[in-house]
Amino acid sequence: MTTTMTAQATQVYQLFIKATPEQIWDAITRPEFTSQYFHGVTIEATRDERRTYQNSELKNVSQVLEFDPPRRLVHSWLSYYDPEMAAEEPSRVTWEIAPQDEGYALLTVVHDQLEGAPKTAEGVSGPGWMMVLSGLKTLLETGKPLTSFN
Amino acid sequence: MVRMDDDDRVFKALADPTRRFLLDRLFERDGRTLTELESELEMTRFGVMKHLRVLADAGLVVTRRSGREKLHFLNPVPVRLIHDRWIHKYAERRVSALADLKTGLEETG
Repeated sequence: MTTTMTAQATQVYQLFIKATPEQIWDAITRPEFTSQYFHGVTIEATRDERRTYQNSELKNVSQVLEFDPPRRLVHSWLSYYDPEMAAEEPSRVTWEIAPQDEGYALLTVVHDQLEGAPKTAEGVSGPGWMMVLSGLKTLLETGKPLTSFN
Repeated sequence: MVRMDDDDRVFKALADPTRRFLLDRLFERDGRTLTELESELEMTRFGVMKHLRVLADAGLVVTRRSGREKLHFLNPVPVRLIHDRWIHKYAERRVSALADLKTGLEETG
């Protein structure tokens, strides 16, 4: 994708997924699901913490600010995987799940408070979040991962 | 409401120059109010609202409340899905057709 935009301090992504809110909630909070679509890492979110593992090694712990299954998860974000981004201020990610008719749910992801993290904003914008969300949708709708991260 | 397999609304929304102009403004700077968007167009507030509603129905624009303001955000997901479904496929084919042509010409030349 060619893009010349300066990445935004608030980024909004929204998509319909043919799944129940509970299925989506599990897919974003439980390690057996996250490992299949989140850039090759495994994520576990509990009421207090969102932990990121790579090859069973704990890489990052972010703070869970709101935990309201199966509707709303808010947590802090730090792009720990890149030294320059990791030095920036933490930002915030909000997942909102709204049930729709016919077995669909609307998932809205808002990544904001990126004013103090321009490199992170650039890094996660567009393809960054898109890969995660496309992968999540594909996994929930087909039962298979979009890409393998081996 | 849009559905993920409902490309019609996205194509319809994109088929209008004013709506593409609004998307470009949001691409430059996201999270704008109706008043801000309106100031860049010689159009009534009602007219801009109508266009924004079509964009919202197609899922291309998402509104979020921030205090008393209603902010408009560009949602890149539908365009990405259209790209994956419609553009990428045909562009690939075109590229490979050109590659075949090149090979053919080089072989005969």
